[in-house]
Amino acid sequence: MEKELNPGKRGDVELVADDLDEALLLEMFRKAYTIRRFEQRCVELYREGFIRGYFHPYLGEEGVAVGSIAAIGRDDYIVSTHRGHGHCICKGGDLKLMMAEIMGRETGYCNGRGGSMHIANLDDHNLGANGIVGGGIPIATGAALGIKIKKGGEVVLGFFSDGAANNGVFGESLNLAAIFDLPVVFVLENNHYAVSTPVEYSSRVTDLARRADGYGMPGVTVDGNDAVAVYLETKKAVSRARRGKGPTLIEAKTYRHGGHHVNDPGLYMDQAAMARWKSRDPVDLLRKRLNDDAKIREIEEEVESELAEAVEFAKKSPAPSVEEFLASIEDY
Amino acid sequence: MAEMMYREALNMALREEMQRDPLVFVIGEGIGQRGGSYKVTDRLYEEFGAHRVIDMPISEASFTGAAVGAAIVGARPVVEILFIDFSMLAMDQIVNQAAKYNFMSGGKGHVPMVLRTQGGAGNGLAAQHSQSLEAFFYHIPGLKVVMPSVPYDAKGLLKSSIREDSPVVFIEHKLLYMTKGEVPEEEYLLPLGKADVKRSGNDITVVTYSYMTLKCLEAAEVLEKEGIGVEVVDLRTLTPLDKETILESVRKTGRALVVHEACKRGGVGGDIAAMIMEEAYDDLDGPVQRVAGKNTPIPYNIDLEKVCVPTVEEIAEAIIRMV
Repeated sequence: MEKELNPGKRGDVELVADDLDEALLLEMFRKAYTIRRFEQRCVELYREGFIRGYFHPYLGEEGVAVGSIAAIGRDDYIVSTHRGHGHCICKGGDLKLMMAEIMGRETGYCNGRGGSMHIANLDDHNLGANGIVGGGIPIATGAALGIKIKKGGEVVLGFFSDGAANNGVFGESLNLAAIFDLPVVFVLENNHYAVSTPVEYSSRVTDLARRADGYGMPGVTVDGNDAVAVYLETKKAVSRARRGKGPTLIEAKTYRHGGHHVNDPGLYMDQAAMARWKSRDPVDLLRKRLNDDAKIREIEEEVESELAEAVEFAKKSPAPSVEEFLASIEDY
Repeated sequence: MAEMMYREALNMALREEMQRDPLVFVIGEGIGQRGGSYKVTDRLYEEFGAHRVIDMPISEASFTGAAVGAAIVGARPVVEILFIDFSMLAMDQIVNQAAKYNFMSGGKGHVPMVLRTQGGAGNGLAAQHSQSLEAFFYHIPGLKVVMPSVPYDAKGLLKSSIREDSPVVFIEHKLLYMTKGEVPEEEYLLPLGKADVKRSGNDITVVTYSYMTLKCLEAAEVLEKEGIGVEVVDLRTLTPLDKETILESVRKTGRALVVHEACKRGGVGGDIAAMIMEEAYDDLDGPVQRVAGKNTPIPYNIDLEKVCVPTVEEIAEAIIRMV
């Protein structure tokens, strides 16, 4: 595990972690637990036939979304991936509207038009998930450009994966962001697999943060299972971006708890590595940082009831009207 | 009214819109101090500065995507892609991202961006700098496609495109930049989705757009002397398509010819011809015909290049055969 990280670049993370505000830690735990349970519930609902299409769980990667999004404010923007429910939840997503969207209901975030891979929550400045690997990287860059044009003070977190890092727009976009000092933080979720292809196969350099050097921006590798470590690194990068100093590439190393999507058993995955990563489960790590069992239980119960309510809401929600849909099509 | 070049009319539209709305900005390759390869962004850098007239590295996919992102957060980017051929590098961002965003977000998100580009043959620029690829964009729900033929339309339509809340692919033709026409100095807007009858006639309707409009008008003038009245409908925008103006004209003349420069196979013309036959069959005195580019990449040699796209003679001959 430790060998897979780059301890030299973690700086003072461990020291600062002890000083973290307890309320913030509790909130991080709440978010991580919410993602974990939401995703597990969705997998069940998929098996029961309530959810169709592709569903890509974020199970095991919760630390990245929780830590990074805790480091930005409500007005700041995020651009998500096809594995985007965790980002959406952390950015203030309403479980009811998310669940309804994933079930394709009219009451969902996108009125059942988007589904799991396309949830956007513009009120909370979540610019949306994306069905194209790498497709969101230029959009995140452009959102930062738009902020500059508007002379705004927000920053953008652009999420993508190790798979997307081999897409042409990765290099193009990092270059653009760097030369214009755009207020964007690129959060590379290195979950070690691009669908089924291991990162060791598709990149000679597996510490992908090193690619930042070639574009003239800081690159840092962080333990993605440790939400606090992600939080602290993101804080620094966000502060840098807000001061007009330009982008940062944060590579958060983490591991999927299963295959690429709900119907992929992930038999190609390295089981020894899986066991190592699971022994440092991101939800458990946060739980251990808190010494308040009563608080933890309270949060867990609240989340369970919120989730049950969301499932109930989605199940009871109407399907979109086919007639209204057909009438709304702009046929030009 | 001042007489000015097509490229000057576009320049005026950009300047007026940038003066009107501080959220409008332009990006592209060499568009800053150099003013763009076709001079459409001439002197905008001096007036609006590097903050709003932004030279981009050669990276179409990401700077087009950057425009999508900027548009989503409320700015109004105008992207210049120097040749439509290069827009192929940015197809994910145009087709999967820009065109779908409003729909996928349940109507809540908007992408108010204009992608200005330029196509067509005629300058010996060979196969990778001469294509007419509008059918790609015409095919995609969620995109608007604008192709003005004269300076007056270019100004009015570009201004409207910039004010649109959905993505517009605005395609110019390289042979039109130096053509001249009357353009009011004052503000005016032309609506998207409204065709223009550039010349009226009673014997046949010619439906066309962009540079081919000029060729069709030339053919119509030649045929006028032979007593054939040709009505030339310039679509101006492919999406929205002004079916009403097309059908109204066809009902009057009873004959329709569709003319475009792009390859005939899979071209916009086939779709328009089918639409006419579906909706005005009883008014037709004969089958709808097409004159279009040959199904070939554009060759470099000037004589070979010429025969790949419709000529005035070809258009006139087709009309004579039909009436």
